[in-house]
Amino acid sequence: MSALLLSRIQFAFTVGFHFLFPAMTLGTALIIFISETIYLIKKDETFKKISDFLVKLLGLIFVMGAATGIVMEFSFGTNWSGYSRAVGDVFGPILAAEGVIAFFLESVFLGVLIFAREKVSPKVYWLSALLVFAGGHLSAFWIVVANSWMQTPAGYAINEAGKINLISFTGAVFNPSTIVRFCHTVMASWITGAVMAAGIAGYYVRKGLHGQTARTMLKIGIILFAITPLLQLATGHIHAIEVINMQPEKAAAFEGHFYTAKGVPLYAVGFVDEQNEKTYGIYVPKALSFLYDFDWNSEIKGLRDFPKENWPPVNFVFQVYHIMAGIGILLIALGLLGAYLLWTEKIYENKLYLSILPFLIPLPHIAHETGWIAAEVGRQPWIIYKLMKTADAASVVVSAGEIAFSLLMFFLIYLLLAVMFVKLFIKIVQEGPAA
Amino acid sequence: MENIRNFQELWFVLILVLFIGYSLLDGFDLGIGALMPFIGKTKEEKDILINSIGPVWDGNEVWLITGGGALFAAFPHAYATAFSGFYLAMMLVLFALIFRAVSIEFRTQDKAGAAIWEKSFFAGSAAAALLFGVALGNVVYGVPLNNKMEFTGNFFTLLRPVPLLFGIAGFAAILLQGASYAVMKTEGELLKRSFRAVSILVRVNLITAIVYFLTMAFTFQDITSNWLFYMAVLWTVLWLSAISFSVKHKNDSSPFWESSFAFIGLWLAVAAVHFPNLIKASNDQNLSITIYNSSTGLQTLKLMSVIALIGMPVVIAYTIFVYRVFKGKAKLSEHY
Repeated sequence: MSALLLSRIQFAFTVGFHFLFPAMTLGTALIIFISETIYLIKKDETFKKISDFLVKLLGLIFVMGAATGIVMEFSFGTNWSGYSRAVGDVFGPILAAEGVIAFFLESVFLGVLIFAREKVSPKVYWLSALLVFAGGHLSAFWIVVANSWMQTPAGYAINEAGKINLISFTGAVFNPSTIVRFCHTVMASWITGAVMAAGIAGYYVRKGLHGQTARTMLKIGIILFAITPLLQLATGHIHAIEVINMQPEKAAAFEGHFYTAKGVPLYAVGFVDEQNEKTYGIYVPKALSFLYDFDWNSEIKGLRDFPKENWPPVNFVFQVYHIMAGIGILLIALGLLGAYLLWTEKIYENKLYLSILPFLIPLPHIAHETGWIAAEVGRQPWIIYKLMKTADAASVVVSAGEIAFSLLMFFLIYLLLAVMFVKLFIKIVQEGPAA
Repeated sequence: MENIRNFQELWFVLILVLFIGYSLLDGFDLGIGALMPFIGKTKEEKDILINSIGPVWDGNEVWLITGGGALFAAFPHAYATAFSGFYLAMMLVLFALIFRAVSIEFRTQDKAGAAIWEKSFFAGSAAAALLFGVALGNVVYGVPLNNKMEFTGNFFTLLRPVPLLFGIAGFAAILLQGASYAVMKTEGELLKRSFRAVSILVRVNLITAIVYFLTMAFTFQDITSNWLFYMAVLWTVLWLSAISFSVKHKNDSSPFWESSFAFIGLWLAVAAVHFPNLIKASNDQNLSITIYNSSTGLQTLKLMSVIALIGMPVVIAYTIFVYRVFKGKAKLSEHY
């Protein structure tokens, strides 16, 4: 295997593993902040117990995210030094801003959340919960900015020497896809947190553990679980329109759409025959056109309008995109069902629904991972869309053997981390909130 | 038009400040990790040592992340050359940092495996503490570079005696940070042992620092007129001596500050001889990566200056606030 391919595999593996944890962090920080706010106002100990329990989980989750996150920052230099040399002017300040403006805030105040319940006043503690929530989301903002700039670059110019220069930082930060992609990513994380909280609480309630604390946590979890997938449908919709407009070949690959046409169908499931440029499957006629601008006959560009060497691997992207979308729809249905059961107060007795809940915990993870794969592989062969090819971005001095070694080490270390994480996560869940 | 050189020089200083901040802050928690088997004998003592850094180590590590980001943004060629050129060494740093980070949490949660996680906490901390100095030693002493600014050596190039000496000097300084932090945060038997560690490490540091200074004096030309270098040498030796004085008077709060000041002296000395280089080329001085030939454009440097000069004071302010929340001696069972 070539050094380039190995570097791509290593980046995909390490970033894919890393993202599991920030996704949980943001959602958990949201629920902790909600619980702390209610606790501060109502002085109801139940919310304190929920918050304390989730802080314990957050400590474990955060450390995994921090330990695997530093790898990502190093990897631009270690494996993608061609990229780093080319984009320092624009990409560098975004990463630096993430540290200065966001990650310090989250890390420093997380220490207060975990260790200082008894050392600071309730208001300072609440403020720390807010700052951890804010710091985490600001971190997500800057990282999504960095990635969005690779999807829809803006705010730069190329000088005579062929070098990328920064022209407008606000232009680069608020490039055409930043806001919608930030909302889509944050909502994915909130769903992840909501389903995690609902899953854990559902397990407690079904087993008759932790009484009121478990029931209240279930309530918070289910309410968020009902709302967030619906909101995600909205951000996903807006994001899809943005991709059709800004990265038409990626959008066409998502739907296996080859020939520019009016009244383009939307596939539920399917298969793309890349050889014969045909897509088979179950579809809703004209639905993609309708969703694009609420006109059943609007025109959508097909892959054939673009040179074939600039197509992503079509069937692969189609499949991962549809896994994400399918899980999204399933979560909407299950969330609404939960809300109905909560509304009618049947949820606490509904053994079936309660026993399904814990098994839903992996679903948002599969959805956000496949969504990211669709976004990143869908951008190929570009590392920066229409500006720089991935093949030109890799480090030139690092050999395939060295990368194979580091990749193997990452695989082994992350396997160990994953096993430990699951084991300790289950242990903390089994200990449960304070009585 | 403003002179871009002013901003390039400013960013040399600001990155130095970020690296100093990292080495002082993460330095003490890496030092605690590397010293834990020697000063913490019982489980309770180890718990106290972990508790003393538990609330703050992750914030300290952000100094590295920010320093790396700043290097990327200000001098992308230096970042790209060092990180790709020192590939395997950088991977070892990463593995060490990963193990160190997760071990703190796993040790607390996984009672059965605590002994293993203590060992990996020790090993990760010690390895990272040693490797940072070796990496710095290489860019200062010089590595072979080609005319595209790419590193042309191999893993063993990094293991030459002078860079290894930098590694040892940095390692000793980090251990002293850890021991003097332990003096500030512990009581009883643990405090006694930490004091003993400080007094041993002061002597070790006097030797390693002086060897480090002498090596620089003999390795680098044009050092005779470099007044900053001599000031830094004097500064370091004075603060190291001050620690011995504090230890004699059983002063438990001063050694940490004195150790920090001494550490700053090590940095100032290397900055004085290294400026304006970032990565020196050992094969041909003209191929060196300097602040002038590796930086981003004026627009980016200006923007970064605004972010740093507004953002970092805020960061430092709330970091001080949180350290004050945790001031005083570390106790048992603060964790959860």
